[in-house]
Amino acid sequence: MQSFRLIKDKIYSKLMLVLTLASVSIVILIGVGLYYKSIPVLHKLSWGTLLTSSQWKPLKGLFGFFPFIMGTLWVTAISIIIALPLCLLTSFYITEYASSRIRKILVPFVNLLSGIPPVIFGVWGVLFIIPLIQNNIAPHFVEFSTGYSVLAGGIVLAVMIFPLIVSIVCEVLNTIPKELKDASLALGATKWETIRKVSIRKASPGIIAAVVLAISRAFGETIAVLMVCGNNAVVPHSVFDPGYPLPALIANNYGEMLSIPMYESALMFAALLLFIIIFLFNIISRIILIRVERRLAA
Amino acid sequence: MIRRKLEENFFRVLMVLATIAVAGSFFLIVGTIFYKGVPFMNWDMITKIPGGGFYIGKEGGVLNAIVGSLYVAGGATILGLLVSIPVAIYINMYLSGKNFIVNSLRIIFDVLFGIPSIVYGAFGFLIMVYFGIRASLLGGILAVTLLVIPILVRTLDEVIRTVPRELRDVSLSLGATRWEMSKVILRQIRPGIFTAILLSFGRGIGDVASVLFTAGFSDNIPTSLHQPAATLPLAIFFQLGSPVEEVQGRAYASALILTIVVLIITVLSSVLSKRFSKNSI
Repeated sequence: MQSFRLIKDKIYSKLMLVLTLASVSIVILIGVGLYYKSIPVLHKLSWGTLLTSSQWKPLKGLFGFFPFIMGTLWVTAISIIIALPLCLLTSFYITEYASSRIRKILVPFVNLLSGIPPVIFGVWGVLFIIPLIQNNIAPHFVEFSTGYSVLAGGIVLAVMIFPLIVSIVCEVLNTIPKELKDASLALGATKWETIRKVSIRKASPGIIAAVVLAISRAFGETIAVLMVCGNNAVVPHSVFDPGYPLPALIANNYGEMLSIPMYESALMFAALLLFIIIFLFNIISRIILIRVERRLAA
Repeated sequence: MIRRKLEENFFRVLMVLATIAVAGSFFLIVGTIFYKGVPFMNWDMITKIPGGGFYIGKEGGVLNAIVGSLYVAGGATILGLLVSIPVAIYINMYLSGKNFIVNSLRIIFDVLFGIPSIVYGAFGFLIMVYFGIRASLLGGILAVTLLVIPILVRTLDEVIRTVPRELRDVSLSLGATRWEMSKVILRQIRPGIFTAILLSFGRGIGDVASVLFTAGFSDNIPTSLHQPAATLPLAIFFQLGSPVEEVQGRAYASALILTIVVLIITVLSSVLSKRFSKNSI
């Protein structure tokens, strides 16, 4: 009886080990699988050409990802520029100023926002942001814009990454010892001065980690961006120009992928590119966050 | 002195405005969807599959997509649980004490959580090509399972960590094996498992990029795993691209349906997790 229970424990232990290894190895499998599929296009064109050429002519076998990389960078940069100040101010307000009653009302809305599916953000972008840009914003700056632009993509993405940044920054701010802030306040500093000179300084690694995570989230967001960016394979020169981010490229061309030689391989290379960048960004930010947590525990 | 006071007040107002913008964006989105979606909402939308000429504005509904989404999200959540419950238990019960391994595993699941669904979609597509599966319900479920495993593992891991250490020690000291101890813990975290299920289901039902390549699209409700299945987000996406006004209207109504479903799921899960955290202390 005794040994039967032990054997059972052993069997389950091994089974769970296998499942754990299998699910962890998904990371490696994705990397290897995507690389394997990109080999044909990598054989034909070098990494340098793929990344810096603007020639996108799949029928002629020319795959330059530069416009798409620039599209992704524009959209991501706009979203961070909009979201970061708003989210920092919001996090300061939630952690330092808001009474617990207001906090209890506010926090659920941030959670609800994070639960809304990407496609809904896309629909909202088409219905609300596009007309807003087309009729109210763009006419002040350029002669004509359809509204479908990197700016629209950036705004929609900014709203999508609000909950991510706010929740991480709030968590980090809450780890700052109360004594530090009290000392600053006792010396006569105002609350804002305390935030600026104590909280921000103390929380800066956590804030950086939050931004890096937000960037990687914005990089990979597909459908919402696809719906509002205009999807024109040229390098954008202003915020009102349409752009064509990498994930949108993959999603949009799935249908014709198999009929043109090398096309599938090129799209898998795009996915590999996204995977590598996001993988690195995630690792970096997670390690920073763990350090922050440790410092708190110590 | 006055300058400092002014600065304080200025930033205070700025913070309130920023908070209103961030929290208000939720109302703006839901408000827009309701405003545009409600006029096009009717019973046919949720009780009928697309009829002939549906995509040029004739009658029908999106029942095919609703059921397809439920199948995909449900199937993926069940498959995901089968993998993630053992993984979460293994990390917490069998590896406890091996901090380096445990932390590395947690980082890997965090990274997996951060990988965008389009990459899972592309990878799922590779697997399907490799095994010769065509775009089908099965393919969709597989891709979404990959997507929800990290969510499930992370949530369950958090929940198991809230179980008091003493409970484990007591079961071990009574001579239980680690597996028997795990069964005790599992009973303890039942509400937490439910929260994890809701989170994963909510993510699965709303995701497009992972099912785009893998689940296909069909006007009929799939009757086997090998048939293509429509999904609600994809139906919204396709209908919105139509030049026909009625079809666009249906996209708004479909978006309304999806929003309501997801909001209910999110509210339920946060209520549950609150109740759970009350119990555990």
